[in-house]
Amino acid sequence: MNRQTLLEMLQQQGVTRRGFLKYCTALTSLMALPPSMVSAVAEALETARRPSVIWLSFQECTGCTESLTRSYSPTIEGLIFDHISLDYHHTLQAASGTAAELAREQAMHENKGKYLVVVDGSIPLDNPGFSTIAGISNVAMLKETVANAVAVIAVGTCAAYGGLPHAAPNPTGAVSVSDLVPDKPLINVPGCPPVPSVITGVLAHFLTFGAIPELDELGRPKVFYGQSIHDRCYRRSFYDKGLFAESFDDEGAKKGWCLYRLGCKGPMTYNACATLKWNQETSWPVESGHGCLGCSEPNFWDAGSFYKALSIPDGDYARAAGYAVAAGVGIGAVAGLLNKNTKANAVAKHSSVSVDDFAVNKNNNNEGA
Amino acid sequence: MDIFNNANDFLIWTRGTGFNIAIAIFIFGVLIRVLEILLLGRKADYSEPRGTQWGPGLKTIISRSLVDKGTLNRSPFVVVVGYIWHIGFFICLLLFVPHIELINASLGIKWPGLPSPVLDAAAAVTMFSMLAILWHRMTHPVMKFLSTYEDYLVWLLSFLPLLSGYIAYHRMINPYPMALGLHLLTVELLLVVFPFTKLMHAFTLFLARWYTGAMMGRKGVES
Repeated sequence: MNRQTLLEMLQQQGVTRRGFLKYCTALTSLMALPPSMVSAVAEALETARRPSVIWLSFQECTGCTESLTRSYSPTIEGLIFDHISLDYHHTLQAASGTAAELAREQAMHENKGKYLVVVDGSIPLDNPGFSTIAGISNVAMLKETVANAVAVIAVGTCAAYGGLPHAAPNPTGAVSVSDLVPDKPLINVPGCPPVPSVITGVLAHFLTFGAIPELDELGRPKVFYGQSIHDRCYRRSFYDKGLFAESFDDEGAKKGWCLYRLGCKGPMTYNACATLKWNQETSWPVESGHGCLGCSEPNFWDAGSFYKALSIPDGDYARAAGYAVAAGVGIGAVAGLLNKNTKANAVAKHSSVSVDDFAVNKNNNNEGA
Repeated sequence: MDIFNNANDFLIWTRGTGFNIAIAIFIFGVLIRVLEILLLGRKADYSEPRGTQWGPGLKTIISRSLVDKGTLNRSPFVVVVGYIWHIGFFICLLLFVPHIELINASLGIKWPGLPSPVLDAAAAVTMFSMLAILWHRMTHPVMKFLSTYEDYLVWLLSFLPLLSGYIAYHRMINPYPMALGLHLLTVELLLVVFPFTKLMHAFTLFLARWYTGAMMGRKGVES
């Protein structure tokens, strides 16, 4: 493990102390801490040692790694990512085969009880052979690696909830990290992929406090997933005014009106896209004119069409209604005929009344009232 | 919600299977009830008609929906608050854009919606008036005597979609998928119970008022 501190590393990279403190202020604010915490954050980050990180990629598409490595090299967040000792990442590391596995085992051995495990991708349980690395099944590698880890970070929707591999009918029996790791500090950083600065933000929080941040009921850090896209969306005022784009190229779309009718899942999605944005804070999906897909929510693949408004039911309700009409008409007609029959029988049983009957008994005159 | 892993699964169920079940029971029940009434028919009337049926029938559907002065004088509270909550309920149901989206997706018709703050106010007024009408039912001696458990059940099932919708709109329950799922569930409960309670008046009032008008029209009498 490299003994260099984060500050030393940043100074080597040409980051000034002023730049570092500015970053600490931004980070403190990002983590929703009071301004008085800035110096504590700076102090903790200055002296933070390089933590060993083992990155396991299971049933995934490498999009999460792409998100992290491609989007921002010149920022301090990027340098923090550089600062961690990424001892095993089979997509990024030069070594392969036995040498690569050796690196993982060595990192686990040397940093026992101190290393972080980052997982992207879901884990297939139906048949361990569905996904293996160096002949080791994903589930075996995960269990072995997390055994002596200090904490686990599930990066991306696949690792956090099962994601695309878990989508119906889930052919591989894919499960999330939390399904297999119930007894370790676990942070879910979902998204398809997650916002890069959220991943580094979580790492920075861990470096600063040596503990995992406050999590919501889905295991997501509240600082980044505490508010919905809808609440933070710059198009929200159009939603409230009732101004909506109705197609991707109509006047409303050109004027930047709300994308709710085009299927935006912003109201049900908790993520930081609207505030942190993507590609060095250039833009984010809604700003580029496409509704939110809800990728940081569980089972978003199975939650219906991306282009159907959230208020529209997702099942085959037309068919259900069709069966109901057929059954309703059929049984209603039978019931109607039975009622008619009952009425006819009752009418048939009426005794006939003549004028003489009225003459005999004047009180018995309420027939047919 | 032990049967669901998380709020999202609950929302997926209420948007999918739950809605399918509810809409099927609703349509099935309404058809049975309406067909039963229609198929029972009426005795043939051999008297010579003194007027037409359709015109007076349609007119009566409208005239009986307007305020009746006698009733207004006798029980102004019930009439005024009754109108307020019915109109408010329909504003919330028919003029909120997400609801219009649902109607457009299932029936293929749409109309402009109102800005959210207007709907917000309408929902609040509607809920207040419903609470007032419940208070009236529970305190007025005659109303209290006449009320059955069905009256309270129907009040509750009509009130809950408004309340849950208000909560979902203001995001008072987190996470939002839980709030929206609860709103859909309360609507689905209303749909399921609808055909088998006095809520059927939403359909039968047209039959009843038309028939009254048509019958009187045939006799040449104003209704």
